[in-house]
Amino acid sequence: MRLISTGILLMITGYGLLLPCAQAQTAAEKGLAIAVEADKRDNGFVDSKADLIMELRNKQGDVSTRYIRIKTLEVANDGDKSLSIFDKPADVKGTAFLTYSHALKPDEQWLYLPALRRVKRINSKNKSGPFMGSEFAYEDLSSQEVKKYTYKYLRDEKIKTREFPQGVDCFVVERYPTYAHSGYTREVAWINKDRYIAEKIDFYDRKNTLLKTLTNINEKQYLNRYWRPDQMLMENHQSGKSTLLTWKNYHFKNGFTRRDFSRNSLKRAR
Amino acid sequence: MKTGVLLFPAILFSVLTASIVDINIAIAGDLSGYVGAQIRSFFNNPGIPEQHNNYLSGVVEPDFYQSWDNDKQNVEVKLFYRKDQYDKQRTHADIRELSWTDVLQNWEIRAGISKVFWGVTETQHLVDIINQTDQVEDVDGEDKLGQPMIKASTERDWGSLDIFILPGFRERTYPGVEGRPRPAIVIDTGRPAVYDFSAGKHHIDYALRYSYSGDNIEFGVSLFSGVDREPTDFVPVAFNPLGRPTTVVPVYSLINQLGFDGQAFVGDWTWKLEAAAAEVRSGKKRGTKSFKTVGGFEYTLVGVLDSIMDLGFVVEYHYSDQHIHQTIFDNDLATALRFVFNDAQSTEILAGIVTDANTQSLGSFIEASRRLGESWTLEAELRAFHGTKISRPLFAFRFDDFAQIDLKYYF
Repeated sequence: MRLISTGILLMITGYGLLLPCAQAQTAAEKGLAIAVEADKRDNGFVDSKADLIMELRNKQGDVSTRYIRIKTLEVANDGDKSLSIFDKPADVKGTAFLTYSHALKPDEQWLYLPALRRVKRINSKNKSGPFMGSEFAYEDLSSQEVKKYTYKYLRDEKIKTREFPQGVDCFVVERYPTYAHSGYTREVAWINKDRYIAEKIDFYDRKNTLLKTLTNINEKQYLNRYWRPDQMLMENHQSGKSTLLTWKNYHFKNGFTRRDFSRNSLKRAR
Repeated sequence: MKTGVLLFPAILFSVLTASIVDINIAIAGDLSGYVGAQIRSFFNNPGIPEQHNNYLSGVVEPDFYQSWDNDKQNVEVKLFYRKDQYDKQRTHADIRELSWTDVLQNWEIRAGISKVFWGVTETQHLVDIINQTDQVEDVDGEDKLGQPMIKASTERDWGSLDIFILPGFRERTYPGVEGRPRPAIVIDTGRPAVYDFSAGKHHIDYALRYSYSGDNIEFGVSLFSGVDREPTDFVPVAFNPLGRPTTVVPVYSLINQLGFDGQAFVGDWTWKLEAAAAEVRSGKKRGTKSFKTVGGFEYTLVGVLDSIMDLGFVVEYHYSDQHIHQTIFDNDLATALRFVFNDAQSTEILAGIVTDANTQSLGSFIEASRRLGESWTLEAELRAFHGTKISRPLFAFRFDDFAQIDLKYYF
């Protein structure tokens, strides 16, 4: 990977296409290259399952907890398929979400309501809304595909984290959702130079003011390759609320097939 | 009053947990469900002398689930019981689910008592015909009785196919003499219903549904051949001294029904359509054909007015030629607002009006729900009927505006 950031852009007039120069990189190219590398390193996990504890904390410190199980199937050249099953709170037990993420077209999403035995297709064009009352929007939890953003490399920076109190070297990359209905104008991500996963992401709302910060806590490496955080803390600076996700029991290569992510599978997800 | 409401589920729950613990030890399955208390209060004195102003009831719905064979097989048992203070018909038990599911290579088989939902619209479920409506549970018709079935499903690149064999018919439940709201004439489910064909309630029904899900559309086409879930007629069995019927029993007939349900996603709009064409195959109405449809849209504003709240608009138009069934949804427009607060308590409010274009009769409703703590939910419902002059379809409900509160404990 080249890290030269002095680049020349050749504009092909009339078509608006950007042709990168072979020898140098613009900030946009470098940002993209970092995203491509991060995506490449996460390729090939095949499938995964994990338990998720979601703690919703309001300004007063009241906590509400959800227990979710998540299964994911990697799909080559497209977004992942995922199935989220709720175990708690008890009144939503058995409620499940099935998502087919896509890189360019909108995700397809179904909600299963066990009491009615109804599978409801959700119009998921607008994914800026909160996921189950948390500080995570649907779009924050959707699979991260390179084509979902355009990028701009900003700088290198050493930041201190819980895992690296002495500081860890990061690329600071700004990314802009290509998605028209996104709730954000931009996101600023601190990407760990060694692991190629985000240590921290700042989210800016439609008015371009800082809305939320996501901090990944204690990353672990699985199968000697894939980095996953133990915890993800999303803090909303405007409302004072926060959501802490704790991931447990990660398992990879479970032998899931497309059939485990069918609409019928949603109805028997327990 | 307050302690009464709280005590009731507590007692039910302790009785229930005593037996649950044993089951858990025996087969280590997954037991969940709820116990609840409900109060339904009417704003006016009743129009029928046997009716009351306040109805208290308790409900329990335990659900047992066990899977094995790497989750390829499972059994589910869901029981239901409601005890109503006055309405003897509303005091009822049902096996909602008693099924075994086996996931094979390309097919999924389910056998036993189960439930299936077909449809897309919000204010009426027209094509949904597999399960009988548990009409005493709520006036919205969304509660269903368990249906014996053998179901085979497959999901392929060309779409999904569900094939049903439905042995055994369930009769619709109706409010009893003391039930409220109810029509002026009692539909007596205590007496044997009339079947205008020889197999009666032992008739074996068949159904088929093909469905397809694409990027921006989703639709299903269904065929049903069997006993119509809605009675095609009522026969008087008791009369008042003036010779007017006071009690009727339902008449069930065989029908063939072709159903369509589909939706299209266009930007933030979801367009929905359901339609059903049916023909009666037995009895007096044999050969009678009918058509009914409901269609409209749902539009959602995500994060309305810079808040985290979503506001949805639901508009649906209903039509029925009424050739087979009488319905209030003959030429009606339903409009509703859905407020989703996206808070930790999952607060939601749905408020709407159903207007009849012919008679200007109005039905309005507000449904609200939220979670209390981690295990309780509170639901409130308000229903009112307007334009209820004599000769109009809602005349029978002119005194029956009511508020209802449900408190449920989930385990």
